[in-house]
Amino acid sequence: MEPRTSVIEKRLKNIDRIIAVASGKGGVGKSMVASCLALHLSQKGYQVGLLDLDLYGPSSHIILGVKNEFPTEEKGIIPPKVHGISFMSIVYFTEEKPAPFRGVDISNIILELLAITQWGSLDFLIIDMPPGIGDETLDVIRYMKTSEFLVATTPSKVAMGAVSKLLNILIELKKPVLGVIENMTMTDSSFIEQEVKRLQVRYLGKIHFDEILEESIGDPDRLSKTQAMKDLKVILQKIKL
Amino acid sequence: MHEWALAESIIMAAVEEAQKEKLKTITQVTVHIGELQQIEKEIFLFALNELSKSQKPPIKKDAFLLKTEKSTLTCKNCGETWKYSDMKKKLNETETESIHFIPEVVFVHMRCPRCGSPDFEITKGRGVVLSSIKGVR
Repeated sequence: MEPRTSVIEKRLKNIDRIIAVASGKGGVGKSMVASCLALHLSQKGYQVGLLDLDLYGPSSHIILGVKNEFPTEEKGIIPPKVHGISFMSIVYFTEEKPAPFRGVDISNIILELLAITQWGSLDFLIIDMPPGIGDETLDVIRYMKTSEFLVATTPSKVAMGAVSKLLNILIELKKPVLGVIENMTMTDSSFIEQEVKRLQVRYLGKIHFDEILEESIGDPDRLSKTQAMKDLKVILQKIKL
Repeated sequence: MHEWALAESIIMAAVEEAQKEKLKTITQVTVHIGELQQIEKEIFLFALNELSKSQKPPIKKDAFLLKTEKSTLTCKNCGETWKYSDMKKKLNETETESIHFIPEVVFVHMRCPRCGSPDFEITKGRGVVLSSIKGVR
């Protein structure tokens, strides 16, 4: 008998909203959007958690400049606060080594993290999702039933092809989708907006390609002042975040 | 005290099951503890006993039967099998501590002793499993 599923609801019961930042495609900036969203909400005075569920390629810790931090043990594990954000990631346990996990292991890790992490009381838990509609997405849908999805894409037709599949499955499963963010735009093309609207999902707007964003990685103060963050804030206002 | 969180999951699952089975009292809860999770048995048992108070249906005092399960790791590449304890001495304290929290990170910190592959599976002894409950209807 699997005991961990019984306790997950209790672990999440004092979290007002769970927002999963997802995409059908890798490399579209999910971690950047998730980290910036968590920073933005924290700067607004909310109690915020950030859970990096990209188990193969965790990167939120790089964006937030997390170093020499480790959860503390108290009736479970309590995520350390990083720039005001309660931050949990597999990277505490894998260091920077490669993580060759198969599907069943992924589900076990997610169950374990959800069963033992003591988030306490949060206004928002942001989840940095891995790309696609595999184990992690299905497990979030299964175990974190109140999750809302914020979907990211780039202006590429290739990215949108995969993102459409994610949107379709979320619609089919009647999961709330806050909308789609078009990230790293370089032109005024309306292709993504039309595609998103065709699926009857809310198109939230563009984050323009920011040439100096890379220099701000690892430094949340600089990150907060980038054009990308300013664009994101305009988008987030539309969904009252 | 991460054992506390695992004990809590055992209690909640046992109570859920007992309610489904319409038991009036839970008299025995058998838990298998996989070697990989390296649970501190005394702390775990203390947590189980503390958490079992004021449950519905009630859990009888000393109802917990803990059974340790040795691990079996099997390489998908060459078929070699081994136990976690056989190779634990090659890991440092941070690595064993990480496996204690998330047993699957054994794939990160350990390799098949014969062929060096990271592609092996935990066929036995992963973590905490609620094996059975007994009670009175």
